[in-house]
Amino acid sequence: MAIVVENLTKKYGIQKAVNDISFEINTGEVVGFLGPNGAGKSTTMKMITCFMAPTSGDVTVEGASVLSNPEEVKKKIGYLPEHNPLYLDMPIVDYLRFSAEIQGVNKSDIPSRIGAMIDRCGLDVEKHKNIGELSKGYRQRVGLAQAMIHDPEMLILDEPTTGLDPNQIVEIRKLIKDLGKEKTVILSSHILSEVEATCDRILIINKGRIVADGSSETLRQQAQGQEILTINIDASGKDNIEKALRELKNVEKVSPVDGKENWFTVQSKPESSSRKEVFDLCVSRKWYLMEMTGIETRLEDVFRNLTN
Amino acid sequence: MSKIWIITKRELSGFFDSLIAYVMIILFLGLSGSFTWLFGTNVFMLGQASLSVFYDIAFWSLFFFIPAITMRMIAEENKSGTIELLITKAVSDGQIVAGKFFACLVLVLIALLCTVPYYITISRLGNVDDGGVIGGYLGMILLAASYISIGLFASSLTQNQIVAFLIALFIGIFFQMLFDVIGSGLTGSLGQVFSFLSLRTHVNSLSRGVIDSRDIIYFISIILIGLAGTKIMLSKRNWK
Repeated sequence: MAIVVENLTKKYGIQKAVNDISFEINTGEVVGFLGPNGAGKSTTMKMITCFMAPTSGDVTVEGASVLSNPEEVKKKIGYLPEHNPLYLDMPIVDYLRFSAEIQGVNKSDIPSRIGAMIDRCGLDVEKHKNIGELSKGYRQRVGLAQAMIHDPEMLILDEPTTGLDPNQIVEIRKLIKDLGKEKTVILSSHILSEVEATCDRILIINKGRIVADGSSETLRQQAQGQEILTINIDASGKDNIEKALRELKNVEKVSPVDGKENWFTVQSKPESSSRKEVFDLCVSRKWYLMEMTGIETRLEDVFRNLTN
Repeated sequence: MSKIWIITKRELSGFFDSLIAYVMIILFLGLSGSFTWLFGTNVFMLGQASLSVFYDIAFWSLFFFIPAITMRMIAEENKSGTIELLITKAVSDGQIVAGKFFACLVLVLIALLCTVPYYITISRLGNVDDGGVIGGYLGMILLAASYISIGLFASSLTQNQIVAFLIALFIGIFFQMLFDVIGSGLTGSLGQVFSFLSLRTHVNSLSRGVIDSRDIIYFISIILIGLAGTKIMLSKRNWK
């Protein structure tokens, strides 16, 4: 187990930002924390990275506890905080050297580590600038570079793509995917497609609790349950068609689609499919089946259902 | 390499990159130099080969300059959020505080080192009491260290540098002047307690060349209390 979180709770005053959550993360997993704003994603990350102590509960990172052995934990983790705070008046290379030294990288390895990070994060053109002179995307790269400088086993990235343009988002995601091949990565986001694109596993957090845990497919299947089809039949007699559809064995519910002539939404009974029956019906009645589409539950809907 | 030194080094290069260091050293030398040599009751008017004029000036200029150095040390990190990045590196809160403390102290030491020519010049003019000079410089260093630790504490209380500056001056003025005034207004043991709390008493006794353990303990106590307070404020995020 790379990270074990046990009954973690954090109170701000009387408000519980994180409420008794427990989970485990295996080595090499890429895990996405998903949740609305203020759900407790960042707070959880801050406790894992030893920025603040939990009100109760414990986190162990590769066997080291954040309560009793924070320095060991901090060495194993590379952290990119939300809003990516950096010393704006420092040149990139100096800042990376400072990060490497303070994380205990061997003195002889420091130049090669800095070089590797500059290559990997695409900072070569800008490397002699002060951090304050960089655009937001490049600052984000510096943030990633400083997190990875000591080659940690684990990376914790708090909203790594906020404020980037679409090209930069794609690049950062690719970088995270590459990293995920060799390292354990936890990232947080409220952008669903991002989590879906980069993560093996998704934890949905709402109001300080974990409300769902699994791969994007599992989550979707859990939420889906029943098959839903939209059908367009070219024939006259709308009521007739609706009645015939309703009489099919596997169909539970039929409703006409508003504003569209001869379009229907058909919901099948649990664990059954009515696709073949609909087709056979049209054949026997000599109706033209113009369209039949299965509606996939989107992750957005899962998210909305769980967090609303 | 020690973690404390890594932080000290970074802060120091920050001082020199942002010109704070140069401005501070030039102002300090300009002020102490002109009052020691040119204006007011200067060395020539006093007619003694002694650095006491310089000590008087440095006593006040350090009081104002040090809060100006320390005010941003933690307040700015709190404001920009870089403190989160620093704390989550493999370094303890105590090491962060110590690193910042030594950075400020080294800057003041450099400024004081630049005044060594004053001593050389005066020693050519007459017989200087070398014990007094050593004691005087030791007093300046300890005074600076005390104000640095008070300044760091003030800086850890707020995100606003100006507020940090003013808090540092407010706490400092008690040690600089008010305890002395209160102490001389009171009689008996209470008066003695306040007089003992005044920085001036201890700086004066050191600059006479008498290095008394009570003076040293006094300064070390202020420094440690200030630094402990800073560390507590930095660890406040862990309060349950």
